[in-house]
Amino acid sequence: MTIKEKAQAVVEEFWMFDDWMDKYAYLIELGKDLPVIDSQFKTNNHLISGCQSRVWLHAEEQEGQIVFTADSDAVITKGIVSLLIRILSNHTPKEILEADFSFLESIGLQEHLSPTRANGLASMIKQIQLYARAFQLKSNQL
Amino acid sequence: MAFPVNQLRNDFPILSTQVHGKPLVYFDNGATTQKPRQVIDRLVQYYETENSNVHRGAHHLSNLATVSFEGARNFIAQYINAQRTEEVIFTRGTTDSINLVASSFHSFIQKGDEVLITAMEHHSNLVPWQQLCKNKEAHLCVIQVLEDGMLDMPVARKMLSPKVKILAFTHISNVLGTINPVKELVAEAHRYNIPVLIDGAQAIAHVQVDVQELDCEFYAFSAHKAYGPMGTGVLYGKSEWLNKLPPCQFGGEMIDQVSFDKTVFNKLPYKFEAGTPNVADVLGMETALRYLDTLGIKNIQQYEDGLLEHATSSLLKIPGIKIIGRAKQKTAVISFIVEGIHPYDLGTLLDQMGIAVRTGNHCAQPLVESLGLNGTIRVSFGLYNTLSEVDYFIDSLKRAINMLL
Repeated sequence: MTIKEKAQAVVEEFWMFDDWMDKYAYLIELGKDLPVIDSQFKTNNHLISGCQSRVWLHAEEQEGQIVFTADSDAVITKGIVSLLIRILSNHTPKEILEADFSFLESIGLQEHLSPTRANGLASMIKQIQLYARAFQLKSNQL
Repeated sequence: MAFPVNQLRNDFPILSTQVHGKPLVYFDNGATTQKPRQVIDRLVQYYETENSNVHRGAHHLSNLATVSFEGARNFIAQYINAQRTEEVIFTRGTTDSINLVASSFHSFIQKGDEVLITAMEHHSNLVPWQQLCKNKEAHLCVIQVLEDGMLDMPVARKMLSPKVKILAFTHISNVLGTINPVKELVAEAHRYNIPVLIDGAQAIAHVQVDVQELDCEFYAFSAHKAYGPMGTGVLYGKSEWLNKLPPCQFGGEMIDQVSFDKTVFNKLPYKFEAGTPNVADVLGMETALRYLDTLGIKNIQQYEDGLLEHATSSLLKIPGIKIIGRAKQKTAVISFIVEGIHPYDLGTLLDQMGIAVRTGNHCAQPLVESLGLNGTIRVSFGLYNTLSEVDYFIDSLKRAINMLL
């Protein structure tokens, strides 16, 4: 599936819930299901700044595609980062850099989050894009 | 007589707000309090009928504004039982008041001197002193907090010495709710002639503040934590000290005579009030304190103690909850953690259910970290909160915990 198709699938999942408590319950389940990041990557180097809770994000390249793993000490945050990973993992740097993040608005996530959490979300996206750019530069140099 | 909470809730327009479709339950009074109609009306009345610059201009409006403004100072001085009206300096709030004293204190600190604070200070009563010590090569010494949230008094006594040039500590902890033994510690400090600054940010709306009884040299508080407007507050200082301290901001009413060679500063309280003061908000602060005075601060404290007791005993029945700060003398502040749950997750779900709480380190990072925590959830009550709100909070908390665990 393309990033766009995966994003659309996520948007539709969220449309199933009328109530924001249910949407949060879903985010919490996603957070709990997020595969645990290898503990060697839970270091300050992998910490994303700008979040009230701690978020670690790691990226590695597998056959031209970036695979993200992440963790957070707050489970809702973990749910949010797991959404991003599900949509953006296993794509090339180019695809990630061209990704349209308006699906977040369709979910209503950004407007619903507190300003600190929205900042945190913006920081996560920025970090994902930075990784993509770094891998792109690396592959251009090879 | 029962505390008229249902009646006075009508005074606070914001309390009828809906949050995510639920009635607002505002339990973040430690951060700021809501404003009664009387205070809001006072601001409007000032701008509609009195607005003018104070202490200047011989015209009608200026006189009217000046009389109101100085009348507010007079009332506030009485409210905190200051000996003299000019001992009340209007500032932008607690942080500004503490910074004023710390900046003006530069000439009283020498290399190797000590400034004494406690481990339960929020950043506003820590960083100004830390910076002062850094600039003057003085030592910032910290009285530790015991596990129950009280100050280690035997150690505090030992830390007092002639090397200490000022002792600054909070009346009430914003994280733990502890009411510190101010009178006792001030008396101990005075044995070495150490002046004492009390941070009253968390006290002014909850307990009686009598600066002569406390006998502190300085007392700082903000209007907005006591149902008044944001952006204004008070520095109380004993006049002998305020006369001794140099001003640290210049211009406007704080000047008596000025030439290009020199300036003679105005007398108290104007010496410390540079620039045009925040007249409207000062009048709002007066109205807020009059509101508390009418209800009676002791009645308020008694009522809030009831909320505290009910909330504490209900919380302790929930498995996995740990209350941080179990001092015997507490105000209506409860910090807690739930085993295995991040405070931020709980705060988010409580917000979904209309409940405003604070999560995180409460601008007191060193304290929270010294307790081995990465944050707490804090509920802090005000005079308009009710027992049924506490019950709704407890039910909502249980629901959130079930979702998260």
